[in-house]
Amino acid sequence: MSENEPRPAAHKPAMSIEKAQKARRKFLQSVGLTAGIVGISLLGYIPVSSARAPRLRPPGALDEADFLSSCIKCGQCVQVCPVAAIKLGDIDDGFGLGVPYIAARDQACDFSCDAVQCILACPTGSLTYEKPDFLKVRAGAPLAHAPILKAKEKDAEPSLNLKERFGVARLARPASCLAVQGKGFKGLARGADFEGEMRYVDVDRWAPIPVRDHPYERDICDLCVTECPIKDAISLQPFVNEAGDQRFMPVVQEQCVGCGVCEMICPVDPAAIVVDAQAVWKEAAR
Amino acid sequence: MSRYLDLLKGMLGAAPTKPEKVSEKVQKIMFLKYEDKDRYIKEKLHARDHHIVSHKWRNRRWAVLIATNLLFVFSFWLDIQILEGALTASRFVGFHLIDLNSALHVMLAHKHIIVNLFIGTFTVFLLWVLLGGRSFCSWVCPYHLLAEWTEKLHLWLVDRKIVTDHEFHRGTRTVFWLLFALLSVVTGYTIFETISPTGILSRALIYGPGLALGWVFLLLLFEVFWSRRAWCRYVCPIGLTYGAVGALSPLQVSFHVEHCFHEGDCRKVCLVPHVLDVTIKGRAAEETLGLGPDCTRCGLCVDICPTGALRFEVKGLAKLL
Repeated sequence: MSENEPRPAAHKPAMSIEKAQKARRKFLQSVGLTAGIVGISLLGYIPVSSARAPRLRPPGALDEADFLSSCIKCGQCVQVCPVAAIKLGDIDDGFGLGVPYIAARDQACDFSCDAVQCILACPTGSLTYEKPDFLKVRAGAPLAHAPILKAKEKDAEPSLNLKERFGVARLARPASCLAVQGKGFKGLARGADFEGEMRYVDVDRWAPIPVRDHPYERDICDLCVTECPIKDAISLQPFVNEAGDQRFMPVVQEQCVGCGVCEMICPVDPAAIVVDAQAVWKEAAR
Repeated sequence: MSRYLDLLKGMLGAAPTKPEKVSEKVQKIMFLKYEDKDRYIKEKLHARDHHIVSHKWRNRRWAVLIATNLLFVFSFWLDIQILEGALTASRFVGFHLIDLNSALHVMLAHKHIIVNLFIGTFTVFLLWVLLGGRSFCSWVCPYHLLAEWTEKLHLWLVDRKIVTDHEFHRGTRTVFWLLFALLSVVTGYTIFETISPTGILSRALIYGPGLALGWVFLLLLFEVFWSRRAWCRYVCPIGLTYGAVGALSPLQVSFHVEHCFHEGDCRKVCLVPHVLDVTIKGRAAEETLGLGPDCTRCGLCVDICPTGALRFEVKGLAKLL
């Protein structure tokens, strides 16, 4: 945009050449601004399309694409969570900016709210108790029956209003699992610096406490099994290893909702058991 | 009615035009004003001398803006639960409030509206119909405040000829509004929300800062070194959405031609100077005129006007009283 740009047509006497050039420059700059901002906004697609590992979304989340389209990025779910498990995505999440996720290893969802408060708080139905009819349900996502919360087991209504799982736990590193090695565990599950919290019914039914304030002592490590908040989601199964020794192994069962408590509490680093975000129950999917 | 259409067109980007017909009353006022040139100049200087420069409306507005945003922050931090959520969506003592532009984009992208979304959107719609649409921009939006401060820096640099201001076509904002709406429908992602500095700042205040603030910083840099108030003037679809909502609002800044000396101080401080086109000599067709939907009711012109020709008014209230 300099002196050598083409002169405006001579048959437009209503506007001076200078004025016409100015208008033309303004128009081109406006087009540039539009292209620039829209181009930048579309960059958000890169992290979404090339996501290495999907994010663990809060319970009741719609399937990823629908979740991203319906979330209004207000963080009301963040505000109601008693253990502050829910975080909001940053700009490196692209279109996932401001969208809630759970980093289970740091702070899992332990359902200490009893009622899945984040779903209740969501104003747009991104987190929902009841999926609208027009959205399809992935095979292996629905739970066989409403998950029973161990903490509420003796209540009149012991179940959580949750129809689909938001992930599935998996023994990703069996070799490092203490139970598989035949080892017990004594001490703080995640060390003295760990900031994660959990609700322990025998300590306080209503308020979660820091995990570092709750030491364990087990002959065979079974923290992932005992600390799992959901009934029939995981159990410790005996097996005989290659050397012929009697050992135990945590086995994830179909009632697993994907809350990530097992991943948070696992005392080895990196965790032997992890939650696969947005995964479905494979046997049911087949 | 034609004035009303012109205002809407002006908001969408059309250049203001001279009125075809000026009412007899205004013709008389203008005649009397300029009948005696010496008296006119004397009166003008008199008004200038007696003008106590105040920042009354600016200070009130900053106080409201900061208080509103702090209410969000403290509702979470101190768990006082009065205004929970962020600017995009929240609950005021339990009642859903949902930002109109964010709601629009969620509806367009997700193509499904649940009851709470509808209730919250409708409540906020009514609120801003009453309070004047774009009042949201100047009285609530945290980016507006930051941009207002950096605008001072920009003007200082322009004054010293260190930078020059580059104007874009105001219609660009309308194009952005349409493009972002289209992108939401086609891609199914609320793309504007990921770059909206309003949402980013609101969440950063409440939930803590993040990398996204870098984007807001870049926008402010662009405004300081390239184009005055570029985001609010030429890009932000939130402003256009609220502008449309407040088009019929009774709360407005109105212009009284009788008191105006047509010096144009107001246009120099205005975020949307085209709404003050009526203050140019010969542009006002009626004795009293509302500034229209694109006015953010920020009150800077009200503060700076030495003669009280610009004031806040509630339409119809004067008649009632």
